[in-house]
Amino acid sequence: MAIWLTKDSKVIVQGMTGSEGSKHTRRMLAAGTNVVGGVNPRKAGQTVDFDGTELPVFASVADAMKETGADVTVIFVPPQFTKGAVVEAIDAGIDLAVVITEGVPVHDTAAFWAYNVAKGERTRIIGPNCPGIASPGASNAGIIPADITGTGRIGLVSKSGTLTYQMMYELRDIGFSTCVGIGGDPIIGTTHIDALAAFEADPETDAIVMIGEIGGDAEERAAEFIKANVTKPVVGYIAGFTAPPGKTMGHAGAIISGSAGTAEAKKEALEAVGVKVGKTPTETAKLMREIMSAG
Amino acid sequence: MDLYEYQGRDLFERHGLPVLAGGVATTPEEARAIAERLGGRVVVKAQVKVGGRGKAGGVKLAEGAEETVARATDILGMDIKGHTVHKVMITVTADVAEEYYFSYLLDRANRTFLCIASVAGGMDIEQVAAETPEKVVKAPIDANTGVDEAKAREIVSAAGFPAEVADQVVDIAVKLWQAFVAEDATLVEVNPLAKNADGKVLLLDAKVTLDENAAFRHPDHEALVDQASVDPLEQAAKEKDLNYVKLDGEVGIIGNGAGLVMSTLDVVAYAGERHGGVKPANFLDIGGGASAAVMANGLEIVLSDPSVKSVFVNVFGGITACDEVANGIIQALGLLEQRGEKVTKPLVVRLDGNNAEAGRAILDGANNPLVQRVDTMDGAAERAAELAAAGV
Repeated sequence: MAIWLTKDSKVIVQGMTGSEGSKHTRRMLAAGTNVVGGVNPRKAGQTVDFDGTELPVFASVADAMKETGADVTVIFVPPQFTKGAVVEAIDAGIDLAVVITEGVPVHDTAAFWAYNVAKGERTRIIGPNCPGIASPGASNAGIIPADITGTGRIGLVSKSGTLTYQMMYELRDIGFSTCVGIGGDPIIGTTHIDALAAFEADPETDAIVMIGEIGGDAEERAAEFIKANVTKPVVGYIAGFTAPPGKTMGHAGAIISGSAGTAEAKKEALEAVGVKVGKTPTETAKLMREIMSAG
Repeated sequence: MDLYEYQGRDLFERHGLPVLAGGVATTPEEARAIAERLGGRVVVKAQVKVGGRGKAGGVKLAEGAEETVARATDILGMDIKGHTVHKVMITVTADVAEEYYFSYLLDRANRTFLCIASVAGGMDIEQVAAETPEKVVKAPIDANTGVDEAKAREIVSAAGFPAEVADQVVDIAVKLWQAFVAEDATLVEVNPLAKNADGKVLLLDAKVTLDENAAFRHPDHEALVDQASVDPLEQAAKEKDLNYVKLDGEVGIIGNGAGLVMSTLDVVAYAGERHGGVKPANFLDIGGGASAAVMANGLEIVLSDPSVKSVFVNVFGGITACDEVANGIIQALGLLEQRGEKVTKPLVVRLDGNNAEAGRAILDGANNPLVQRVDTMDGAAERAAELAAAGV
């Protein structure tokens, strides 16, 4: 069953005709994702061939949903158009919008998030600046490589793309129900807490890996949530123990300001609620392996 | 990007906010010219991107041009919490009657913006917030409706601003919000927002952070970058579109993906504890789909750092195929030789994920004595730290 994305999900791509969009549409199709079309008002009515699969291009998200029954959109449009694309998806009332685009101004993210809230949070937004969501063996919405892990019963939520892949690979023999890359921006649509709650409720998930990094207090708040609401075992990893304060480490959100946002504080908060925190990705995978083999 | 106070002051002035007349000087002579232009009593303030400069002696009053030159001479070159003072801002003085605090900032936890306001502003605002939090108002701002006059009045009344300044503060709150949005700022902080003896409210300080992701709609922001304080290697990396941060260790780091590179820094630092305390020399994320040219640029930057004794290339092939990365490394070493840069420092390479076997075979086949292959991240970090310690 997995969370948010299943084999029944019908996926459209906003920005499908662009270079990143078309490259990853091809990959999503190869991974077995039910991609049903793309959106580009200037190319509406055309079709695009992806190795024998003809996908229609629609003028709007609303048109695409009406014609295909799509319930998921993956957004690859450039940063200056991202806000407009997300607002369009919200207006169309789609269930899930996965925003891959990197470099979206935070005022734009804040604006589309406020718009989503005003509309009653009908749409789940993942990202921006994220690798997307993959339910191995079922569907893949975004840029997470499909073939590095198998289907299984671990849930994974992570701020970082390549660390997600690393963890999926380390535990590939045990496998995952769903892997969610929530992105490393200061404001994101889906948080660690949202994913923890969904994994807790998912009968096909037995244990959860949570990957965080320096900056903000999302991991500390996740720890409080785990204490009150999560009964499944959780293993954690935090990147950035040795990052100096005041330097942005790649992700816009990964910056230690003052005494807030340090990896040590996040680790302590998680350990205080019984989450085992690995010192390295490999050690974290080992902790999860022990939990899964103890059954 | 954090702005200097004088840049923030200029930005506020451009948006019609009441600030003190002044200017910025890099030499005592420039300070003299500004003091002569302003006339009378002035305040000389060290321009550093760190708090607590008043307590560190970086803010002084001066009467007339001669004293301004003397104070500027004292402050220029001063070290404040590890920051050398290269510039001073000189403004006219304000006869301060009351000090308030006002800011807009990003509220990550609530995925929106926040206004923080207090009538107990000044140097001890952090203490006020900790000891008497009821004196500090925190009002969430809807990103789409923003701060209009009604919202501003709500904040001003909640924070308990005195009636005689309320209208002025409302006007400032609205204009400051407009500046915050128009400039794509993630922080605008005014401490103190002051009432002077004439009852006029002025912005006496400016702390502004701009969102670099929004640079595409602010071509003018580029000019605000302080070139003198940018590390030359960071500058060279930026010109090649590489995400590089200079650190103070000996193990050069190259990886793909911000999270993985951050994690690599940690793993190398842990390994360094067993090898003479060597540390990562840099953060360098070459991103997805690293071509040979990108790898060559990355290696060139990392190897040109004289403190680097060994390099750890840590790649997890997600979308990137490891055979392409391996070819990239070999070609990069060739390219560097062609550019006339003899590579002498050892490279430890860990390739995992997509096409890892093929990638490893390519590295083995190339048989380059400088390249060592280790197949786990922890093991490779250990080896890179060991080599750096041996090379120190």
